[in-house]
Amino acid sequence: MADIAEPMAPPMVAASEWRGDLSIRIRRGAEYVAIPLFALVVSAILFSLFLLALGKSPIQFFQLVHQGGFGTAFSIQNTLQRAAPLILTALAVAIPARIGLVMIGGEGALVVGGFASAAIAIPLVTGKASPMVALIIMAIAGMIFGALWVGIAGFLRYARGVNETISSLLLTYIGIATMNFFVEGALRDLTNPNKPSTMPIGDAYMVGKIPGTDVHWGLAIGVLLAIVLHILMSRTTFGFAVRVTGGNARAALAQGIPVGKLIVICCLIAGACAGLAGFYEVAAIQGRANASLVAGYGFTGILVAFLARHNAIAIIPVAIMFGGLVASGGLVQRRMDLPDATVLVLQGLTFVVLLVSETLYGRFKIFQPPITADRT
Amino acid sequence: MSGDSPFIIVLLAIVGGALRVSTPFMFVALGECLTEKSGRVNLGLEGTLVLGAMCAYAISFHSGSPWLGVLAAGCAGSLLGAIHGYVCKLPRVNDIAIGIAMMLFGTGLAFFFGKAYIQPSAPRLESFSLGAWTGNQQIETALQINPLLLVGVVVAIAMSWAFANTKWGLIVRMTGDSAPAARAMGVSVDMVRFLSTTAGGFLAGVGGAFLSLFYPGSWNQGLSSGQGLMAVALVIFARWDPIRCAFAALLFGATGAIGPALQSVGITQGYYFFNAAPYILTLLVMIASAGSKQAARNVPGELSITK
Repeated sequence: MADIAEPMAPPMVAASEWRGDLSIRIRRGAEYVAIPLFALVVSAILFSLFLLALGKSPIQFFQLVHQGGFGTAFSIQNTLQRAAPLILTALAVAIPARIGLVMIGGEGALVVGGFASAAIAIPLVTGKASPMVALIIMAIAGMIFGALWVGIAGFLRYARGVNETISSLLLTYIGIATMNFFVEGALRDLTNPNKPSTMPIGDAYMVGKIPGTDVHWGLAIGVLLAIVLHILMSRTTFGFAVRVTGGNARAALAQGIPVGKLIVICCLIAGACAGLAGFYEVAAIQGRANASLVAGYGFTGILVAFLARHNAIAIIPVAIMFGGLVASGGLVQRRMDLPDATVLVLQGLTFVVLLVSETLYGRFKIFQPPITADRT
Repeated sequence: MSGDSPFIIVLLAIVGGALRVSTPFMFVALGECLTEKSGRVNLGLEGTLVLGAMCAYAISFHSGSPWLGVLAAGCAGSLLGAIHGYVCKLPRVNDIAIGIAMMLFGTGLAFFFGKAYIQPSAPRLESFSLGAWTGNQQIETALQINPLLLVGVVVAIAMSWAFANTKWGLIVRMTGDSAPAARAMGVSVDMVRFLSTTAGGFLAGVGGAFLSLFYPGSWNQGLSSGQGLMAVALVIFARWDPIRCAFAALLFGATGAIGPALQSVGITQGYYFFNAAPYILTLLVMIASAGSKQAARNVPGELSITK
């Protein structure tokens, strides 16, 4: 369970000596950037071979991704729009990963959170509540239900030792089925015969755009949350306890760290992030809850978190990169006559290559601290 | 026998459904059982199941032979299993995370190549009925059995026997319980796990062939929706025993059939709730078996999933 957490500093070295040795930290940092980048290049090459085998041009593919994701002001805004939920769902993976859990329930928490905020909006909208109050209540509802969803998996892990990877994925399926149950039944908006949805919240209640752009506030909140959570994880006692637990849960227990409590809190934070992503999908993009919420943001978020090595700050650029990939999907599909699952193949391939690249850590001399006589 | 009573109809539909729905569970669970017995976890069998379903359908469509499709599905599955098995032997590579990645990769490949096969209809596997002797039409349709179900049962029995009575079975169990012990005996741990994961992938792929070639009997993107994952969870419930895996698969098949069965007599209330029933049951079963002492006794010692 501890394998995915960041390795701790070697215990032999005294803390003061370790902190002072800047060159080691730079080398380590360079390793954490270089190896994922290398993995990205390798997967791009493998994917190019895949396209070549199908008689498609990889050059055209990457040009279209660039054009559709980052080429124009419009496409950049589209990319950022999609990066917002990716930042939040990636945080939902990264925070539990820091304590050593492979938690992949982001998709479920997003769906449940989005649905909860759309459901609570119905009485608020019909009761003509002020939009500001309504949005705050909706966001809180989304976060609470999202937190509950991942929190259940965390609690089961802590209380019964249930494998969190399987349970969080099962909870995703349960969450989607729960939303369908209400959307096709009790909460269905009967005026919309085409697609089963909840009642639209209406333009007056939608989340606004960041001034001067076409991107909703979810992006700013996502970036802010990433920074706050990074500080929480790297600069506070709480974060330290979490990282110690991720490194060695038994040692943490022996030190009197409340491991169970930390696990559940990390999962609640994670779920709240994904639930917030669901809230923004409903209140800023869709305007209602329906099957469109199940768009795979939760699964792409897993990859984003792993590529960022579960570092909350690194998640931001990686999420923007993958936002661009997702945003350009439609263009690639139309121009190159490729199925929409092309992006899925590329993501799956990247994920596999990235995980395989884990084996490279510590194998290159250039990244290792120089061995000096006084150290050994 | 009055076939009109709604209770009988529902019961028949559940039994029939259990026989139909359980086969993919059974194959995936047996495959995972083999892999986990060797001490490794392959969470990617959901992707293997979907890719197997797509390959079986495509090959059956092009060749006209559904059994060729089953073989193709098995080969596709063993390819994914082989990748998983090879990659996991590298140091610092996490088998659970690789499983998630392979799940996404397998599903992606299946959706990518499967787009062309959503429309055309491929030849399906033939079935025969266990209820032919009753002369009752309803029983006959309910007890339609596919040869693959029987294959699954035979595999379960054979695996159970092989684990207990053969040298290979002993080697797999030893590797799963203690890698150092296996190494001391001169067994290549990596090789045993590689082969077990590959063979497990083959079985899961065959389970996928059942989905697309018999029931539901067509290819679409929502075909599996978590069945592979549930089957993986089921192995823990079955305490790594192939025979118990087969029974657990029947139980899960029955749960999955409740929704459609009730719908067949006009009870559509809560249809979506019953859709969620198998997932909820899986979760409950995991909660129940995670803390059980018996499960703790039977777990292969090297397994990372229960730690």
